[in-house]
Amino acid sequence: MIRADAKVLLEVKGLRARVSGVEILKGIDLKVAAGEVHAIMGRNGSGKSTFAKALAGHPAYEVSGGTARFEGRDVFDMAPEERARAGLFLGFQYPVEIPGVSNSAFLRLAYNTVQAARGREELDPLEFDDYAREKMKLLDMDPAFLDRSVNEGFSGGEKKRNEILQMALLEPRVAILDETDSGLDIDALRVVAHGVNRLATPGNAVVLVTHYQRMLGYIVPDYVHVMEGGRIVKTGGKALAEELEARGYDWVRAAA
Amino acid sequence: MSSVLENLVNQPYRHGFVTDIESDTAPKGLSEDTIRLISSKKNEPEWLLEFRLKAYRHWLTMAEPAWPNVKYPKIDFQEIIYYSAPRPKKLASMDEVDPELLKTFEKLGVPMNERAKLAGVAVDVIFDSVSVATTYKQKLAEVGILFCSISEAVREHPELVRKHIGSVVPPGDNYYAALNSAVFTDGSFCYIPKGVKCPMELSTYFRINTQESGQFERTLIVAEEGATVSYLEGCTAPKFDSNQLHAAVVELVALDNAEIKYSTVQNWYAGDENGVGGIYNFVTKRGLCKGVNSKISWTQVETGSAITWKYPSCVLLGDNSIGEFYSVALTNHHQQADTGTKMVHIGKNTRSRIISKGISAGQSNNSYRGLVKIGPRAENARNFSQCDSMLVGSKCGANTFPYIQVQNNGATVEHEATTSRIGEEQLFYFASRGIGAEEAVSMIINGFCRDVFQQLPMEFAVEATKLLGLKLEGSVG
Repeated sequence: MIRADAKVLLEVKGLRARVSGVEILKGIDLKVAAGEVHAIMGRNGSGKSTFAKALAGHPAYEVSGGTARFEGRDVFDMAPEERARAGLFLGFQYPVEIPGVSNSAFLRLAYNTVQAARGREELDPLEFDDYAREKMKLLDMDPAFLDRSVNEGFSGGEKKRNEILQMALLEPRVAILDETDSGLDIDALRVVAHGVNRLATPGNAVVLVTHYQRMLGYIVPDYVHVMEGGRIVKTGGKALAEELEARGYDWVRAAA
Repeated sequence: MSSVLENLVNQPYRHGFVTDIESDTAPKGLSEDTIRLISSKKNEPEWLLEFRLKAYRHWLTMAEPAWPNVKYPKIDFQEIIYYSAPRPKKLASMDEVDPELLKTFEKLGVPMNERAKLAGVAVDVIFDSVSVATTYKQKLAEVGILFCSISEAVREHPELVRKHIGSVVPPGDNYYAALNSAVFTDGSFCYIPKGVKCPMELSTYFRINTQESGQFERTLIVAEEGATVSYLEGCTAPKFDSNQLHAAVVELVALDNAEIKYSTVQNWYAGDENGVGGIYNFVTKRGLCKGVNSKISWTQVETGSAITWKYPSCVLLGDNSIGEFYSVALTNHHQQADTGTKMVHIGKNTRSRIISKGISAGQSNNSYRGLVKIGPRAENARNFSQCDSMLVGSKCGANTFPYIQVQNNGATVEHEATTSRIGEEQLFYFASRGIGAEEAVSMIINGFCRDVFQQLPMEFAVEATKLLGLKLEGSVG
């Protein structure tokens, strides 16, 4: 939902980033305000995931230029965990498995860490269990998930649900969801999209990074940005995604 | 390896201090004279001197084992001090214990008097080679349990010691066991009479203090029919630049329906970040399930020593007897560990379980070496082994050497192994959820070790968790 008076949550200007010395992002500008849903689209290798990871602070991605402010704070002045505590969330394309660490212990530690940073009350294991079960209903998840090791042996769809569950628990101000739709069958896609819609409020914002238009059938973006060669080359409304689907990325390249 | 990980694994050793207590020290070097000196210092009976000399003569014919996956310069056994004792005193109560010594224990986080009382733990303290204080002896004596230093046991209960010493680990068993049998100076003795369940956890804290004094302890635990005991051993040594040799022997004997649980948390000095100094820990630990339905369970958390060479084992002689081995071995910097277990199934329906977790960080090398042997008479024997390795960073190594020998077709033997790595991706995943690197590593490691920590008595489990944290955590950011 676009509102003229909405507070700007994330503002990125001229962002450049390198991986192993190779420049992938070549000057990205993006402004995300409260209540908005943005979609960042682009072919493989256009820099979409790099953009998401650079903002979240992945150590392999070196920021070489530009600025990013999150609710007024300099993002690149904050350690990755500080960004998360401040309310910047990254939903992973390929969530790692963490054998031996129970999902419930992990989720509770994450939750309590973020709560503490916000000066809010932490939950003990029993209280947290109730809270987590409530959120899991939203995503049609079996409570048995809590007892399993983090992402270990999860199917692709289960991993993605677990990511959105974390988003639900941590209540970020800006959630960047990296290819959350990949690896989901149509039913799972619907459940996950429904969950994201429920979590999108006038006070927060969602940035969907996606290759395909199909998720946007369920989550309607206010803005669609097309990335190409490490830059945003085109920005439009919902219709742009449909046009892309119909005409392919080459069309944008030619138009740019 | 990322700088975060490097910081994490570069935590300095916290127990590096030397207690200034005057020692009664023998000159360096090993000969029959040294052995006679030790024996006479301890007023030992003739049969024990004979036991020592026999072991020594056998040791002279043996060669140092070359098969472990560890590297170190040749040990000069003539450069070692074989006897070093705090000045002999008669101690009637804890108040008479040298305050320096008590301070040492406090620095170690083991305020033994209070802690022992609070936790209901009887601590038989070994400080260098002579036992200086024994607590709760009275209470244990009421139920007929003997818990004292092995020297005292030799004086007070020679018949028991003579019957069992060397019965599980014969004097000529291996190079280091032979050396220990020749020169052991002290250690613990524990005897649980028939049908008695030990009312408390028994605990010994070992500490090597005199520079270049090899410490050779000898521990003997005997559980008679239907007896049960849980024994805890904790170890810390101060920091010295030259390597110190530690060659202990631990023997456990469980008779019919008896159960012995032996837990170790070992945090000896591991050498500095360049691999200088540290303890050489060459230990022979073996339990004999002599009686039917007996059970021996080893749990170890090994975090220290420059070199660890240790295979707590079970000989399952009695029918239906059970052997267990739960191990966490953490190596960092230039530490080397070659550790594991041997489960020797002799009796019918014998069962064994091996859970080994190896964690390697820095440039360390961590090997699991295990033997499961099923003898021809061991009908229906079963073994399950699980050996998991975790690598922290990219310069360390992990190896698994499982040996399986089966001579009975009715046996079931299972072996599982995994290797995983704590890498940037995992730490970033935690970070992106607000969790810093230290907490992340601690959570991953504790998760990895959970199956083993669950076996430790509560107090030790907390200590072990903290210890692994200390070993891996550091000044992050």
